[in-house]
Amino acid sequence: MVGGLLAWMSEKWNPMLPRWISLIATLLNFGLVLFIWLNYNASVNLSDSNWLLTLDLPWIPRFGISFHLAMDGLSLLMLLLTFFLGILAILTSWKEIQYRIGFFHFNLLWVLAGITGVFLTMDLFLFYFFWEVMLIPMYFLIGVWGHENRRYAAYKFFIFTQASGLLMLLSILGLYFIHGNATGVFTFNYFQLLNTELSPEVARWLMLGFLAAFIVKLPVVPFHTWLPDAHTEAPTAGSLILAGLLLKTGAYGLLRFVIPLFPGAAVEIAPWAMLFGVIGILYGAMLAFAQTDIKRLVAYTSVSHMGFVIFGVFSFKEIALQGVVMQMITHGISTGALFILAGSLYERIHTRDILKMGGFWSKVPFMGTLAMVFAMASLGLPGLGNFIAEFLILIGAWQANQVLTVLATIGLVAATAYSLRIVQKVFLGQDGKGYSLTDLSFREKLIMVPLVMVIVWLGLFPQSVLDTAKRSISGIVPHLTTLSDASEEQKTKGGAHE
Amino acid sequence: MSKNDFLSVVPLFILTSSAILILFSISVKRNHIFIYVITSLSLAGDFVYLLKYISGTRWVIEPLFIFDGFGEFNTGLILLTSLVVTMMSYAYFEQREERKEEYYILLILATLGAAALVISKHFVSLFLGLEILSVSLYSMIAYLRKRERSNEAGIKYLIMAAFSSAFLLFGMALVYATSGTMEFSGIAAFLASTNDVPVMMLAGFGLMIVGVGFKLSVVPFHMWAADVYEGAPAPVTAFIATVSKGGIVALLVRFFSQIHGYNYPSMVMAFTIIAIASMFIGNFLALRQNNVKRILAYSSTAHMGYLLVAFLAGDALGVEAVSFYLVAYFVTSLGAFGILSTLSDKDRDAEKLEDYKGLLWRRPWTAALLSAMLLSLAGIPLTAGFVGKFYIIAAGVGSQHWLLVVMLAVNSVIGLYYYIRIIAIMFEQYEGEDKPIGMLNPSVYIVSGVTMAILAVLLVWFGVYPEGMMTLIKGLVNLN
Repeated sequence: MVGGLLAWMSEKWNPMLPRWISLIATLLNFGLVLFIWLNYNASVNLSDSNWLLTLDLPWIPRFGISFHLAMDGLSLLMLLLTFFLGILAILTSWKEIQYRIGFFHFNLLWVLAGITGVFLTMDLFLFYFFWEVMLIPMYFLIGVWGHENRRYAAYKFFIFTQASGLLMLLSILGLYFIHGNATGVFTFNYFQLLNTELSPEVARWLMLGFLAAFIVKLPVVPFHTWLPDAHTEAPTAGSLILAGLLLKTGAYGLLRFVIPLFPGAAVEIAPWAMLFGVIGILYGAMLAFAQTDIKRLVAYTSVSHMGFVIFGVFSFKEIALQGVVMQMITHGISTGALFILAGSLYERIHTRDILKMGGFWSKVPFMGTLAMVFAMASLGLPGLGNFIAEFLILIGAWQANQVLTVLATIGLVAATAYSLRIVQKVFLGQDGKGYSLTDLSFREKLIMVPLVMVIVWLGLFPQSVLDTAKRSISGIVPHLTTLSDASEEQKTKGGAHE
Repeated sequence: MSKNDFLSVVPLFILTSSAILILFSISVKRNHIFIYVITSLSLAGDFVYLLKYISGTRWVIEPLFIFDGFGEFNTGLILLTSLVVTMMSYAYFEQREERKEEYYILLILATLGAAALVISKHFVSLFLGLEILSVSLYSMIAYLRKRERSNEAGIKYLIMAAFSSAFLLFGMALVYATSGTMEFSGIAAFLASTNDVPVMMLAGFGLMIVGVGFKLSVVPFHMWAADVYEGAPAPVTAFIATVSKGGIVALLVRFFSQIHGYNYPSMVMAFTIIAIASMFIGNFLALRQNNVKRILAYSSTAHMGYLLVAFLAGDALGVEAVSFYLVAYFVTSLGAFGILSTLSDKDRDAEKLEDYKGLLWRRPWTAALLSAMLLSLAGIPLTAGFVGKFYIIAAGVGSQHWLLVVMLAVNSVIGLYYYIRIIAIMFEQYEGEDKPIGMLNPSVYIVSGVTMAILAVLLVWFGVYPEGMMTLIKGLVNLN
């Protein structure tokens, strides 16, 4: 098992990979993770802890930094998603990327390695390290193989995320010193830092540092402006990884770090965070509706969907958190699929402007059907994965804040509007443009069919995923509920005094 | 002079005698290779001696010098850096200058000056070291006599440095007038005995800050940096950026911690302002440049600002951070300028941004090395620069300098922009003829190539596994 973990890490040392090697590498990883997942229930029952695998090597003892990886249900699911989308990313760029192939795959695998690291690490320094590691290759992916305006988009992406990442580093260090001064043990170990005693004031500042990194990455509405540019200009594989995986690291960070490390401060900020979540849902949906660039459109739907994530996370209800995990996965798949479709359309007609499209259904029925499926998924049609996710989030959030939940539900209606608009403008309507199109090739079908299968499967049998995430989620919830109860008690007490 | 005294100063003797040896050998016959070998051997031998001698014990030669772990560490660093500069000088000067031998004398003398600087504990030795360093630099900067800008840079540096020396000297005089001693420890004792610092002494320190600030090219004393960096030959620029600045930083750390400068809010304030101004102005000016050497000049101003953050942290962690950052910065700067000098041709240095267009596809290895160096300057993980920056932030956070640390974070982002810009240009498609390279003996290229490769390996090694260096620094660098 430890060897398997090392294999992932060593993945990045394979330099300059041609397509096959990288495909095999990700397939191997995917197989490995899948294997672990299938054995999940057995292994969980065997041991009491919910950490499946751990690896802990001292790295820089001077600062109490260790190379500490661990995996639980949540990270397992995220890894499954990572490698699944990783395989698809390699397959989609099979034809799209025609120059500097080796370097492209090198970057792609580095991004995947960085993301894998982020999902696994249990050492805050290492976390920051991986957080940064995944940025540079992503920068290159956008900057070298992107579309017309790639340089600008790449800069913007890099500087936004880097700036917020540095704030997180400051917070990590602040936490490190506070913990060290209080206990005499200077360490970046997640489990030890969990028990740090913080005054509410300090906790608030430190949490804001972490939050900065995660909400920029997620992104939450005023910090989302890098996203449409980056998504639009990136090559298909880049958009796929950005939407499917990089955004999820932000959500993962919220679940894994912000809430457990700073439960008190998180409760304080929750109403605001939920408000911003709702704003994100509605604002993203509105902008998505107004876009004419198909990739930009899909990018704004991401903003909207990620609004659901932060909305759910900060409702602090177990069921909503389940929904968030579900949303992370289904969004990765449905949005990823839409990006792949947009990419393959672009390969055929060399434009992303939906005003120039129309009436493609008769020419490419297979593609049209697929687009229909994923548009439906994106609007939350029952039977598909996204429905479960959004439904769970809304149920959970209802208990926390009813007004906002109603508003968030309106977002679903808006989602219907923009999703249908994609289908209508691109595939239905008049065909006056005279493009000659070929339907999906075998390779493209090979990419899309599994996606459809997964999204339907997630919609019909979500229980297996929920079970996997359950223990990690229920690990997060307890200190929250006690805390929010306590604060409510205090409030009532305060009221009694008055 | 006791035996121990002698053993301690042997590193300086080796440098002096090799300078004289070169002088004589030039008078017999000019031979570039021979001189080059002598220089490298004496620097390397000196370093080996230092390694053997290193014991971490303190030895003081009253009243001028102190030999301790900190001094030894910095001397070693300076010697190695000079060695690398020598390595890249050969190829560079072989193509350009007919009288290239004297350059090595100057290089060794400048190294001697810096080495004297880091072990001095007295104003006299401080000034002596500084002047040996500066005077050699005047002529090194203007060494390519036929280039207009080289001369200009030389004159500029001469005037500025002489000016700053005068400030420094006057400051020392004021301090001496009030305290009656020129020894660091004496000044510390005087400061400890008085409750409030006399105004004259404060003025003296202020003038000294001006003098030192000029050498470090921190804002507002940074005006010379860009012109001198641009005009000087690439190896000399590397030398200025590393040895000359590093020596002064080491001196500053020693002096400041000895007189307990951290207890005087006015001084801390002055350095805080200088640090913040250097970071911001350095980075903003670098944003506007189209010349790689000028970008690096302003970026070095910003880096000195970062260093001052760790310097202001003041505790043991701060000193460690300064030392580690110096190592990382030395490796990185040497690498960057080294690559710059290998790319340069006979008439001018490769300094325009267009020279780098599409470099990745023309000379992939060179471009990859340069990218690594730039990423390290920007402080991206897997490089030494990242660990250095982390160290500094840790020191700053540990000593609660939140303002400085936040400024540093903001500036890292600004800095990122122009480093990334150079990298982006290297990644662009290149249309145009590739110039043929290689008019010299291939072994020359092998030497500089190997040097660059070693630097790159060090860069990644310190970035991935910094523990070794940290232990070394922690073991050696202990001022009290």
